[in-house]
Amino acid sequence: MSTLEIPLRASRHGQQPAQQPPPPPGPSRRVFVHDVMGTAVSIHVRTTDPDDPVLDAASEHVHSHLRRVDRTLSTWRADSDLLRLQHGELDADAAHPWVAEVTELCLEAEDRTDGLFRAWRSRDGGRPTFDPTGLVKGWAVSAAAAHLEEVPGIAFSVGAGGDVVVGTGRGWDGPAPQWRIGIEDPRVRGRIADVVTLCRGAVATSGAAARGAHIVDPRTGAGVNRPGSATVVGPDLLWADVWATAAFVDPARAGRLLEARDPAYRLVLL
Amino acid sequence: MRRITMWAASTVTMLVLLFSYHTSTSAGTTTSAVAAANDGVVAAGGSGSSGSSGSSGSGSSGSSSSDSSTSGSSGSDSSGSSGSAGASSSSGSTTVTGDAVSTRYGDVQVQITVADGKVTAVDVTQVPWRDHKDQEINSRAVPILNEEAVSAQSADIDMVSGATFTSEGYIQSLQSALDQAGL
Repeated sequence: MSTLEIPLRASRHGQQPAQQPPPPPGPSRRVFVHDVMGTAVSIHVRTTDPDDPVLDAASEHVHSHLRRVDRTLSTWRADSDLLRLQHGELDADAAHPWVAEVTELCLEAEDRTDGLFRAWRSRDGGRPTFDPTGLVKGWAVSAAAAHLEEVPGIAFSVGAGGDVVVGTGRGWDGPAPQWRIGIEDPRVRGRIADVVTLCRGAVATSGAAARGAHIVDPRTGAGVNRPGSATVVGPDLLWADVWATAAFVDPARAGRLLEARDPAYRLVLL
Repeated sequence: MRRITMWAASTVTMLVLLFSYHTSTSAGTTTSAVAAANDGVVAAGGSGSSGSSGSSGSGSSGSSSSDSSTSGSSGSDSSGSSGSAGASSSSGSTTVTGDAVSTRYGDVQVQITVADGKVTAVDVTQVPWRDHKDQEINSRAVPILNEEAVSAQSADIDMVSGATFTSEGYIQSLQSALDQAGL
């Protein structure tokens, strides 16, 4: 099961008694779900023509883009370019150009966050290993969602394991519709603690594992174990994601840096 | 000396057994939103959908809900107004159960209640055994949309953002319920 598509146009008011007023006119919604990069990627499209095959094609483009990223940059698949490169099984020249692009972006992210984000870490005195996972998902989903921007007259949102991108396709008439993004309560899993509304942009959230830290403070090498989460809302998921990680490591410092360097991004601490 | 050691060891064993007893009985994987009774917003959805199965709409109970105040009441804030909210929203509320998502610690499953095109409640219907204790300790564990969001009539959400590591399973299941609801 890699892809399932859920037909649901009838579900909105289907259960209401007959005397209820009809649903307000407006674009209907189409939903696609792809199982890729170790998570489920949901695509919601608002459109006046939900049967347009262009939607299926665009959704498939998003999916194949993410599959390619996974094949190239996964830290789980031994056959990814990244791991083959690290294991000396692949020449740097032969690797997919995405490896170099992501490496550059990781350096830029480290620079931009004053080292609060860092993709290189050394374990127990060993030589540093490069793990760009913290940046790759945001970068990949942001780029994949661009395929939806090519579709005329739609609005879309893409959710990928807690990171969200929303936007519109070419030639959307009038004001872009709003999407409501619930931010999960980091203390009560499954509960929604806050809601962010936006028409175009991205939402990313970072937090510690309930059972042991997964986010490492690059300055000390120690896991960040405090409760709570950091959410960043802004134009691009790549940077929202990077800043969310930085803000979870050091909320006060990242908040100041964000204000000074990336004022288009907003920080929500829970 | 040996006897004292034996005595100490057996005491410790007994204590361990005593303490583990409660845990073992409460370690079931399913809590099926029992705590819903504490909270009106959740009870609203629960009343129509106690079956906890898939997207079983409660539309059949329309007989008891001649009042057409569905739209406004779902937005009334907090649990104080639980009774009325429960009665009215059951007229048009539907529950949608998200995918059961496997984690290392067991399955996670989230269910949403949708009334009048809005998400009015999010319930965790399956909790991994490791999380079970947390959920019990926190009496508000069965989720309620925050009061600001509810009073602003903004209880409905399209997508969910959360920290992957903290709660992958929960976000994934909740998102799959939202996908199915397709509001």
